Amino acid sequence: MLDDIAIRLRQNVGIVTAVLLFFILYLLYNFAHPKGFSSAVLVQNGDEIFALAMLAMAQTVPVLASGLDLSVGAVMTMVGCFASYLLTGAAGGTPLHLDIFGLQFGLGTFPGGVGGILLGTVICLATGALAGFINGCVVVYGRIQPIIATLATGAVYIGIALFLRPTPGGKIDEDLNWALTNSLGDFAATVHIFDDGAAGWFAPVAWIPVPFVLLILVALLVWVPFRRSVLGRAVYAVGSAEGAAYMSGLPIERAKIAAFTLAGFFAGCGGLFLAIQTSSGNADIPQAGAYTLNSIASVVIGGTSLLGGTGSAIGSIFGAMVLRVISFFFRIFDIAPLLQPLFEGLILLAAVSIGALGVLRVKNTLELFR
Amino acid sequence: MSDAVLTQPAFLTLSGISKRYAGVRALEGVDFACERGKIHAVLGENGAGKSTLIKIISGVVQPDSGSMRLAGRDVSFATPSAANAAGVVCIFQELSLMPDLSVADNISIASPPRRFGLIDARAQRRRAEQLLAEIGCEDVNPLMRVRDLPLSRRQVVEIAKALGKKPQLLILDEATSALTSADVEKVYAMLARLKAEGVAILYISHRMHEVEALADRASVFRNGRHIETFDKGKRSTADIVQLMIGRDIATQYPPKPARATPKPVLDIENLSWDRHLDRISLRVGAGEIVGLGGLDGQGQKSLLLALFGVLRGVTGRVTVEGREVRPASPAAAKSVGIALVPEDRKTEGLMLPMSIADNLVIASLGAISTGPLVDRARENEVIKRAIARLQIKIGAPGDAVSTLSGGNQQKVVLAKWLMTDPKLILLNDPTRGIDVGTKQELYRLMRELADQGAAILFYSTDYDELIGCCDRVAIMYDGRIVRELEGDALTETNIIASALNIDAATQDAPGAAHA
Repeated sequence: MLDDIAIRLRQNVGIVTAVLLFFILYLLYNFAHPKGFSSAVLVQNGDEIFALAMLAMAQTVPVLASGLDLSVGAVMTMVGCFASYLLTGAAGGTPLHLDIFGLQFGLGTFPGGVGGILLGTVICLATGALAGFINGCVVVYGRIQPIIATLATGAVYIGIALFLRPTPGGKIDEDLNWALTNSLGDFAATVHIFDDGAAGWFAPVAWIPVPFVLLILVALLVWVPFRRSVLGRAVYAVGSAEGAAYMSGLPIERAKIAAFTLAGFFAGCGGLFLAIQTSSGNADIPQAGAYTLNSIASVVIGGTSLLGGTGSAIGSIFGAMVLRVISFFFRIFDIAPLLQPLFEGLILLAAVSIGALGVLRVKNTLELFR
Repeated sequence: MSDAVLTQPAFLTLSGISKRYAGVRALEGVDFACERGKIHAVLGENGAGKSTLIKIISGVVQPDSGSMRLAGRDVSFATPSAANAAGVVCIFQELSLMPDLSVADNISIASPPRRFGLIDARAQRRRAEQLLAEIGCEDVNPLMRVRDLPLSRRQVVEIAKALGKKPQLLILDEATSALTSADVEKVYAMLARLKAEGVAILYISHRMHEVEALADRASVFRNGRHIETFDKGKRSTADIVQLMIGRDIATQYPPKPARATPKPVLDIENLSWDRHLDRISLRVGAGEIVGLGGLDGQGQKSLLLALFGVLRGVTGRVTVEGREVRPASPAAAKSVGIALVPEDRKTEGLMLPMSIADNLVIASLGAISTGPLVDRARENEVIKRAIARLQIKIGAPGDAVSTLSGGNQQKVVLAKWLMTDPKLILLNDPTRGIDVGTKQELYRLMRELADQGAAILFYSTDYDELIGCCDRVAIMYDGRIVRELEGDALTETNIIASALNIDAATQDAPGAAHA
């Protein structure tokens, strides 16, 4: 039994390191913050972390199958632009029209109210998943390397986003914005449940920020079952040894498509939240690129091997949080914000180096190349 | 064609199976049958068509023509999983394990036990424990990652994985090559049990004694054709070898010249490393071929790697031509005149996608360069000479080296090192997976190199080869050299006795050979 724990610990040393690093950094941050350990700080941090955490999860799945997805930032941006049309929540609904080369095509009126918001949410997430599915099909049936396939499709998705929102704009239902970007108490008050959040039993959890709850829900309801499904196992197998996976009769093509589709879904979640949080849609190309690169960094800090086969989206969430907490430090310590990339880079290097320490113990140098 | 009479209706029947790869014939009109409750050995040189036969039976490739019947029904398998579903399970030579997944994951990879649609980790673990216990290898923890297991344990996992598919026809393709002798016994016991349960077993092995011990029946293949099938004991080993190569093997090895005590090139004193090498002392003289023998995994490979600068933490003294050397890397070893033909030519010997020409000169670029630039004329010249010298059969030097046959690939590896003009040549099982014809060429070449003054240290798993090629053989056991054999003492009996670390003095009686 002790043996088993030791084995599991050894196999997950990357994730454990990321979790410890996050908690140490976050504790330090809260001690240094004048309003540390308060719900308000936690809520603010949760809002800032959520989108990157989603993109980190998104990036993890293709990486596990030993492919990079360079389109996660683009999918996020595109879904955000969709959301800025579909989640307005306007009472009379939102009239939609397509404007191509000056020609106007009416698309009818998108319903408003709660029903419209729910429908819009489903459409946004489905759009993300569809974008990922297309990535997967290009990779599998086009037999194109993931990195180049997603570079191309990512440009297409950014193009769609720019078409939808040439300039930042649109609107998101204000109640929705308020409910999802604050604490559970505020959420209950907005949607009128648990006596508007005043119920006695509810008080002990009312301080928890909604984004953290959403994060945990997505991880538990989507990632954990996926990891324990046959398809999820096949994703790990493909990343570990594709030939062996084929010879074992695993559904390799389906696994790859599933990996990219899931990545699209997670990226869509991130885009949806970003739009809700900023109450607008913005086809921001530099932002999309930065999110993509940070998602890769998060995956690595979270202990997932870029070679595929080992790691977990849970680790990547912590990787994303580590990256974000570093940026929080710049606010409270008044360091020149221009130095931020430098520090993030150093942390990334340090995290990767810890993972590579085992190299020093290898006695047969030939093993380093296997 | 078949001398053996089937005692029951055949379980698997192949009729007129043919297969070509890019115009090259791999199988030609093969008729073959095997029955339940029998271990059926399939014998043949490399290139005889054994691998293609197995691949067709197990659904990896499709035949160009011919038909296959399994348990009285016509079948054709489009994928390995279709074959598995019909009860045809193959343990392939190249391991089919996912290194980053746990042992339990790997064993149940194709159809894991499920609860509520999700994989039931606990049931999966119990299943792994059960299957491993069936082969008698309870010491493997199912939680371990396959990557962290030694090769012999991985092969055990591979076998457990195959067992878990409940095979009706089990195919073992060199499946015991990496096992320790203790595990081999356990696998034999398992095969006997499966046989008693009525499973049909196809057994492919290059180890004649294994075939003799296990098989109830054997089929010999040669050049893509089924030559003969016979029951156990109907043919002598010599007959079988004759059938396999179709010519006499007595002429296989070049003669060994008699020579006075040679000038020493390599002198090893008290070399130790980790737990694998224990105070090794050995000398190899100029013009000498010294063999490393013994059972697999007794430190022979580690010794070669240690001399080539691959291992860290090696202690002891090594001198090459009187100068003490302590190479810290293969590059350093090369600069003092050491060459190594590595164990796995596909990953360690060659850059497969690169051209034959590039591979040939890759270790000796310094010698054909002027400053930082490679001299193209000189490059072409040395490439042409190397190809002619080793009689490498190629299309064009610019072709990818992966297009060559195994034997010719190995020649490229050897040629690459000969270009560095080494004083000491280390050979790590260079004839593994090579056809008999090319083997003979390699033997001749080794002798030629020795005659030109090189010292050769030659590890081989094939005892015949050691006896035929080497002036002297050092037998290793548990990281030590237990005995050096030369001259008349260099017999199979003595090698086997020393390899098992039995007191050899009592084993010298003639006629006791072939243990």
